[in-house]
Amino acid sequence: MAGKIINSDKSLPEEEKKILLMGNPNVGKSAIFSRLTGARVTISNYPGTTVGFSQGFMKLGKDEMAAVIDVPGIYNLEAVCKAEEVALEMLKKGDIVINIVDSTNLERNLFLALELRERNIPVVVALNMWDETRHKGVEIDARKLEEELGVPVIPTCGLTGEGIKELVERLRGVEKKDFKPLSRKHKWEEIGRIIELTQTLHHHHHTFLERLEDISTRPLTGLPIAVLVVYLSFTVIRFIGEGLIGYVFEPLFEKLWLPLMQKLSLAFGGGGFLHDILIGNLVEGNIDFGQSFGLLTTGLYVPIAAVLPYILSFYLVLGILEDFGYLPRLATQVDNLMHRLGLHGYAIVPMILGLGCNVPGAMALRLLENRREKFIAATLMAIAVPCMAQIAMIVGLVGQRGGRYVALIFGILFSILVIKGLLMNRFMKGRSPEILWEIPPYRIPQLQAVVKKLYMRVSEFLKEAVPYVMLGIFIVNILYILKVLDFLSHVFAPVLSGMWGLPRETISAMLIGFLRKDVAVGMLGSLDLTTKQLVIACTILAVYFPCMATFVVMVREIGAKDMAKAAGLMILTAVIVGMALNILL
Amino acid sequence: MEEMILTELKVNQSAVVKEVLGGYGVKQRLESLGIRAGQKITKISSHFWRGPITVKVGNAKVAIGHGMAQKILVEV
Repeated sequence: MAGKIINSDKSLPEEEKKILLMGNPNVGKSAIFSRLTGARVTISNYPGTTVGFSQGFMKLGKDEMAAVIDVPGIYNLEAVCKAEEVALEMLKKGDIVINIVDSTNLERNLFLALELRERNIPVVVALNMWDETRHKGVEIDARKLEEELGVPVIPTCGLTGEGIKELVERLRGVEKKDFKPLSRKHKWEEIGRIIELTQTLHHHHHTFLERLEDISTRPLTGLPIAVLVVYLSFTVIRFIGEGLIGYVFEPLFEKLWLPLMQKLSLAFGGGGFLHDILIGNLVEGNIDFGQSFGLLTTGLYVPIAAVLPYILSFYLVLGILEDFGYLPRLATQVDNLMHRLGLHGYAIVPMILGLGCNVPGAMALRLLENRREKFIAATLMAIAVPCMAQIAMIVGLVGQRGGRYVALIFGILFSILVIKGLLMNRFMKGRSPEILWEIPPYRIPQLQAVVKKLYMRVSEFLKEAVPYVMLGIFIVNILYILKVLDFLSHVFAPVLSGMWGLPRETISAMLIGFLRKDVAVGMLGSLDLTTKQLVIACTILAVYFPCMATFVVMVREIGAKDMAKAAGLMILTAVIVGMALNILL
Repeated sequence: MEEMILTELKVNQSAVVKEVLGGYGVKQRLESLGIRAGQKITKISSHFWRGPITVKVGNAKVAIGHGMAQKILVEV
């Protein structure tokens, strides 16, 4: 683990000053980060590290640039958890710390400030979320606080940019002062003294948002609200997704791209090696974006026209829910149920992220505490949480046979999730850990922030998906031409047709499923399956194994040994579920 | 003054934390979130079937698992 941290530090620049942004979780570090680094930011994520951090650059003086590093949120410097270890490691290499403090929770936040000022590094405190203090009835004398703390204190608001200029000015002259180290107990006493002198609390009336916070926290009102929010979210995702496909992307492909492809097809003479690779097979003499399987036809149509609209609408809705602060409340509402599955409420976060794409979902597994929980969550996600790309293709393909078959597939997957979770919780040693987390206040999402996050996630999807979809389609064509698929379909015929009742040609979809699930589902479209076969094949494709990208991340997050066990469970589940469906349906 | 454990506190009732029973790890995690002896907390909600307890401490809200909440001794 230490090796990984050092590894990522290698990419930190050597010459510039390094400014560390540190603070408790959820105090607005990233908002300050993007304010400081501004438009010229080259935010780089380091997903290879145990706990990721981002880095950007800012202008410190006239010709002086400084590197700004957004350190994961921590409560103290005791190195109990991984985030704290990473933070401590970075503290040794930094030149200045900006301690970002949530002004509405000053007392608790000051503990880290007192720890930081004892370290051998100059500290500047940013009293962030300054704008929120007024409605919360908190009044802080910032100048007095600066005197008492002995380090510069600047009120800021990351969202509006208030105070950022002054913060940068104060960074320039900041120097290291020495403070007597205090014990834990004395630190809290010192904080009590400082708070007494600098903070006044006024009575304030509950705002509408605060009332909403209360009713969505209490179970009697909170549970129905949770059901409503989830239902509405999926309705909106579907509405926007279908709208974008029907009114934007389909017409774009049919009216603009198709004529071009037809000309290209003619230029190739309607056949031949290059034609088959680029355009694909003609279906009754025509190009069919779903079934031709050429790089320029299906290869572009699947990621852009079929999947992208759902990715856009999913991440839009998710971004709004995240910024509003709903997810921790949903986690509290489902905590009970999740305990039955061997998880705790917060595991809902990686699962929801997994619905977008299993890769970020798998990365978020590190939010979970112990090995048992990570294993259960990873297995359940890989087996029963299809990604949006796969969902979009299932909706598109199976939806043609009737909406109830789509519902059937998701119903089956959900049942597998519940049964599998119950079983793992029953038979695995240990217990799911207790929850303990902070529930942030509701905030009205800022349009700019939502759009920015959406843009980042969608471009990430396009960068990842398009090349892999193309690669998948290329491989299918090559295997087909080399007659490898023919050979494999004979080898696997007993499993496919004997156990699952599927035609042996589905082996090609099963193979490509290791690479991209959306392409794999798309391949089923050209196989002439009965509705029953389609339902079975779609379910097995979701269950049997994660795509390669997810697999790699999961190995990293839970270890090769646990992943091997999880993979065994996946294959076993696929075999049993496939057989059961073949008999029952 | 009456002593009780956090799970016995009624919704909307306030109390002062008297002691956190438990090991260093539990104490330290709770302390990070502002739950330590002498702090005033208000219970916001409790969930069915030994579900989590939500409390307000200062301006922050914290969800605490049922088992952990049973280790928090409060005074009303």
